[in-house]
Amino acid sequence: MATIHIDADQIVKKKRKGRKGHSVDFSALSEIQGLLGNEPRRSDLLIEHLHKIQDRYHHISDKHLTALAHEMNLSTAEVFEVASFYHHFDVIKTGEQPPPPLTVRVCESVSCELADAKSLLSSLKKTLGEDVRVQPVPCVGRCHEAPIAVVGQNPISTATVEKTLTAIDTNQISAPIAEYITRKQYEQEGGYQTLQSCLDGQRDPEHIISLMENSGLRGLGGAGFPAGKKWRIVKGYTGPRMMAINIDEGEPGTFKDRHYLEQDPHRFLEGMLIAATIVDCAEIYIYLRDEYAGCREILTRELQNLKSNPPSASHQLPNIQLRRGAGAYICGEESAMIESLEGKRGMPRLRPPYLAEVGLFNRPTLEHNMETVYWVRDIIEKGPKWFSSHGRHDRKGLRSFSVSGRVQKPGVHLAPAGITIKELIEEYCGGMLPGQQFYGYFPGGASGGILPASLGDIPLDFDTLNQYGCFIGSAAIIVLSDQDSAKDCAINAMKFFEEESCGQCTPCRVGTSKAVGLMEQSQWNTELLEELSSVMCDASICGLGQAAPNPLRSIIKYFPDELTSS
Amino acid sequence: MAANPETTKTTITFSLDGHEIDAAGNETILEAAKRHGKEIPHLCYKEGLRADGNCRACVVEIEGERVLAPSCCRTPTENMQVSSQSERALKSQKMVLELLLSDMPEQGTSPYTKDSELDLWANKLDVASPRFPSRTQPKADTSHPAMAVNLDACIQCTRCVRACREEQMNDVIGYANRGKHSEIVFDIGDPMGASSCVACGECVQACPTGALMPAHNVGLEAIDKTVDSTCPYCGVGCLIKYHVKDNKIMYTEGRDGYTNHHRLCVKGRFGFNYIDNPLRLTTPLIRREGVAKSTELLDPDNINDVFREASWEEALDFAAHGLLSIRNNIGNNALAGLGSAKGSNEEAYLFQKLIRTGFGSNNVDHCTRLCHASSVVALLECLGSGAVSNPVSDVSDAEVIIIIGSNPTVNHPVGATFMKNASKQGTKIILIDPAKTDIAKYASYSLQFRPDTDVALLNAMMYTILDEQLQDDDYIHSHTENFEVMNDHIADYSPEKVAPICGIDAETIREVSRLYAKSKASMILWGMGISQHVHGTDNARCLISLALMTGQIGRPGTGLHPLRGQNNVQGASDVGLIPMVFPDYLPVSDPENRIKFEKLWQTPLSADVGLTTVEMIHEILHGNVHGMYVEGENPAMSDPNQNHARKAFAALNHLVVQDIFLTETAGFADVILPASAFYEKNGTFSNTDRRVQMGRQAVTPPGQAKQDLWIIQEIANRMGLNWNYQGPEDVFNEMRLAMDSIAGMTWDRLEREDSLTYPLQQEGDPGQPIIFTDGFPTTTGRGKFVPAPYTQADELPDEHFPFVFITGRQLEHWHTGSMTRHSETLNAIEPDPIASLHPEDLEKLGIEPGAIITLESKRGKLSAYARAEMGIQKGTIFMAFCYNEASANLLTNEALDPAAKIPEFKFCAIKAYAGSQIDTRIN
Repeated sequence: MATIHIDADQIVKKKRKGRKGHSVDFSALSEIQGLLGNEPRRSDLLIEHLHKIQDRYHHISDKHLTALAHEMNLSTAEVFEVASFYHHFDVIKTGEQPPPPLTVRVCESVSCELADAKSLLSSLKKTLGEDVRVQPVPCVGRCHEAPIAVVGQNPISTATVEKTLTAIDTNQISAPIAEYITRKQYEQEGGYQTLQSCLDGQRDPEHIISLMENSGLRGLGGAGFPAGKKWRIVKGYTGPRMMAINIDEGEPGTFKDRHYLEQDPHRFLEGMLIAATIVDCAEIYIYLRDEYAGCREILTRELQNLKSNPPSASHQLPNIQLRRGAGAYICGEESAMIESLEGKRGMPRLRPPYLAEVGLFNRPTLEHNMETVYWVRDIIEKGPKWFSSHGRHDRKGLRSFSVSGRVQKPGVHLAPAGITIKELIEEYCGGMLPGQQFYGYFPGGASGGILPASLGDIPLDFDTLNQYGCFIGSAAIIVLSDQDSAKDCAINAMKFFEEESCGQCTPCRVGTSKAVGLMEQSQWNTELLEELSSVMCDASICGLGQAAPNPLRSIIKYFPDELTSS
Repeated sequence: MAANPETTKTTITFSLDGHEIDAAGNETILEAAKRHGKEIPHLCYKEGLRADGNCRACVVEIEGERVLAPSCCRTPTENMQVSSQSERALKSQKMVLELLLSDMPEQGTSPYTKDSELDLWANKLDVASPRFPSRTQPKADTSHPAMAVNLDACIQCTRCVRACREEQMNDVIGYANRGKHSEIVFDIGDPMGASSCVACGECVQACPTGALMPAHNVGLEAIDKTVDSTCPYCGVGCLIKYHVKDNKIMYTEGRDGYTNHHRLCVKGRFGFNYIDNPLRLTTPLIRREGVAKSTELLDPDNINDVFREASWEEALDFAAHGLLSIRNNIGNNALAGLGSAKGSNEEAYLFQKLIRTGFGSNNVDHCTRLCHASSVVALLECLGSGAVSNPVSDVSDAEVIIIIGSNPTVNHPVGATFMKNASKQGTKIILIDPAKTDIAKYASYSLQFRPDTDVALLNAMMYTILDEQLQDDDYIHSHTENFEVMNDHIADYSPEKVAPICGIDAETIREVSRLYAKSKASMILWGMGISQHVHGTDNARCLISLALMTGQIGRPGTGLHPLRGQNNVQGASDVGLIPMVFPDYLPVSDPENRIKFEKLWQTPLSADVGLTTVEMIHEILHGNVHGMYVEGENPAMSDPNQNHARKAFAALNHLVVQDIFLTETAGFADVILPASAFYEKNGTFSNTDRRVQMGRQAVTPPGQAKQDLWIIQEIANRMGLNWNYQGPEDVFNEMRLAMDSIAGMTWDRLEREDSLTYPLQQEGDPGQPIIFTDGFPTTTGRGKFVPAPYTQADELPDEHFPFVFITGRQLEHWHTGSMTRHSETLNAIEPDPIASLHPEDLEKLGIEPGAIITLESKRGKLSAYARAEMGIQKGTIFMAFCYNEASANLLTNEALDPAAKIPEFKFCAIKAYAGSQIDTRIN
């Protein structure tokens, strides 16, 4: 959205009707008051309230935006800068054309691009014309079913123009809800008893923390920080403490969190509640990416279920808030997510101080990826050794690999940590697609770099890929074949980072953009790209900018042939 | 935030580029390095703004850390090994500069400023010729009269956002969109000139690359000199640096004054160019013989029909002769003088001395009569001193502040920034005002009570405090008197009883009373909403009683602060430019005081209290006052019931007006003496905090215009006074003899330190920002409770005149507009007379916002453009009194407060209807 620039002499010399700037429109204000109802006007709810407007009117007009600012006692600039940060909000100024009510979002990230999302996108644009908005969007977390077109909130797997048109014509625009293990079924299998035993004090918090430490469970969002250690650190700070659950699963290639949520949501919820109990967190905020509308329905339902019928008769359920992302990859970065939970632009914070000490609402905060707490119940019930007994090539634990690309059986595969890509393809993924040769792979989503087939025997785990300039991150594996260009994938990744950079720091905001420009040139200036990459790694505020050059550097290092042949 | 620095004493030692250096408290690596004379490049960091660490130009390598760290945000720890010069650190610093440089216009130096910090560092680090392609550049936005926005030079450092949002807290600038699309926006991405920008210009001062600059490229001018001075507008008294070229002020910069910490508002920063207006008076003028005076305002276009040019000699002789002949033929009391709160202390002192010793009466007053006379009367009566107890900046030490009858974001904009800052830090603001003004956004409570019911409401607050035993008995016992009358007095004012009168529910009254009484430090700031009523003195008495009964005075963050409206209204009052007191508020009726001044001035003095401003008007029409000397005041705009006042001025036999423009008043003159503007002379000015501050000459007066001090002295000498002051310093030295409060203040020290707070009785004293720390300067040493009964305004609305008319000021225009409406910039922002109403009232009247509305009282009528404002209370209409084509004071009521003689500008009954046409502006 670009600012409209007007010269002084172009402004019509009319007498101002009210105060400088946008005046509050009474009818817009009453519409906003109606939408917000009795909900609090606290500033941390800004994104939630913006969603209400976007959902109801399919865009956010400047009148509504001004009225919302008035109603929430915020400045219009504060509301606009937040609304314009998130891609799922369409701010429309007076005189601009609002988008049509229905939007079809076509994923253009690596896995979908491998599945020819580009043709799908252009065909849909051609076919659908003006009545439906067709938007290229970053990864929607369904990479094993690429390409994906999301009609309204309804994701179409292995989408074609025909399938998409059918969905539109039959008005199938809401997210289907997966068949999942209900609370009743979950409790029949012993669910929530471990939580009860923690609440009762039958299980000593200190014991649980050391158990977590001994299990070797690490943060599965990508950073791999030891979970037990985090619990101990956060508990060490004076309360009240907060808990924040990160389900902003946006790393291209990753869909494991959605997978588990759609299967067994209560296993996650129990783990979350156990962690909150042990660390003594007063409130829990769950941040769910907006793309996961089906999961949102499941969580809304099941949280309501928990609230109306708490799992423990003896103990009160902590206050749990489910918050909705709004289309911003960066909010998967833990501190950006905290900012977003506070109703702000998702711009990562500088550290120190770390979130464990100064996190959500400036309170000590236990922040976890959804999958990390998903394993808590099993680890407590089966013992720390159960988790650490898995593993291969001297690595310990289990990893949920989200596999997409050129394999026979893409999907989430729970496999031993330390497994090699070749083993994973052969043992879990049914081998490569017929007629395709293994060429290379992203070991950790778009940001983890790209490795060549010749490095197909290294153990996949935290720490093991660093020496190769890569990392496993969220264990999102995208398998490339001899049909693919690693360089094109790297350009795709860099464009993704350019679009998703929050825009805060120079190395990332300007660096990603300049890198795309240089990478699109027929001859790469590898020296300059390398210099830029090292500065992005060294001087960016957060992991996005620091990791963005990984695929680019991988090309220079492992795929030099692709640079000379073109 | 600079206003509230956190200080911890611990000092640590760390290594920077191999040298051991120390860092104190919360000092960052960058600050410690600066203090030790070591340079690290930096762009998004600016002293006084929260460090943000986004540009990454200041990254350093810290041993043991995986990535580089921003030195502007990182505090060093003991023995930390930091390198700002390592190959790795330098590589990143230079790359950041190169990336930013690649997106500059033409990939080169900033075309908008000579002082681009990006160019400075690029130069120092030898970064040239960026190797990257440029971005798509945004277009220029020149929609604002005062500022140019060229975002093609923007480096997204957000210094402007922090200046606007966190420092000034005007909340206009945002950082919108994301990634490479990130951009600085105004409101919803509007052109700056169409946005809610209040043009404080803090963003311009904050911008490192010239993307935001004063308009018309003045920032590119080579400057001859800079002059450190203050601001000619409100009582906050911001310190300003003026940049001068060819005897013309080009642009300004906020200095780090105690009162403003680099901050300025639109008037101080951009409103100086009125002095360059071609309508400036440059030659003495004498009324042509035979041209009769009428009650109509004189249009400057017709000036030659009415006046002829004269030499200074002739004009001064004419002026003095006219005054002398009235004095000698009719008597001392047939003359009166109005001095100015816009002039210096030295001018005001000489002016009152001229009236008292030359005219021979105490008929001297100035616009304090129209603003805080009632506050001063009440303060003198109850506390023995008319001064503020604590500076504005004390709001940062307060737990609770009551802002009552004051619209600080408009009238004291920089002072308001500190109130907003305090609220962000947790101070609770209780706003009590018929209008929900901008500061309400930061208030915990906004009591939009009915106009005119202040006394009832404040008595109800006192009722609650006594009812709930929240008073401070120890304080009452040790420091006050007459408390015993209060219990009986307030018995009638239970919140339940008062609620329907003032329109605030009883529980809210109780809550704010508790909040005020119980807090560790509560402060009250008030403005003309309190003072400009026939019960203005009673209003102020209530505030004083509130503070006394809760002991909320005499400590940091407590006290009473009547916010002064003009740059030197405090000083003009201090030096005795009022009819009842000599300098330092010594009553003229007290023989001891007369002896003191007769000795100092070597002449007998009148014991009779002189006439106040509005009384002078009456006495002219009663045939008792025949001649006046008006210096820098504009009563033909500022006095209530203008038709009445203008009739009086037209009736004067001899009117001498000394001013910089042909003001509305000057049109009635017999002789006009062209004088100097603030920027054209030296002198001291006392701000609302009692800080005496040095104003310095930046440019010379135009044409034959003369400095005011010289003119006053020439008149005095022609009236036989034989003065020989060589300049303001001589006058100041005499003032020190006249006034104990500044006896210890020396001119040299003021020259050195720019700003000193009185009382400062012995040379070398630090001055006392907070007074009344141990009792009061009354005869008993105690503060006195004076009960105030609830009374109503002089003229109440009825079926014929159903609206309440409230006058005041607006941000861009000051007082009668004599200065601001001659400023091209300010006038471009607010060019037309505006009447503000609640949108529902407008709708009821059938008037479209922006259309013409006519307002009429029993005394006069006017037409203006209607503006819809949600914050205006229904049933009330607000106007500023600066527009001569729609002079609000045509409508106002000249009824006076009996004690202070202040007119009721804040309340009269009017009717309103659509249509008619707006008069032509007299320039």
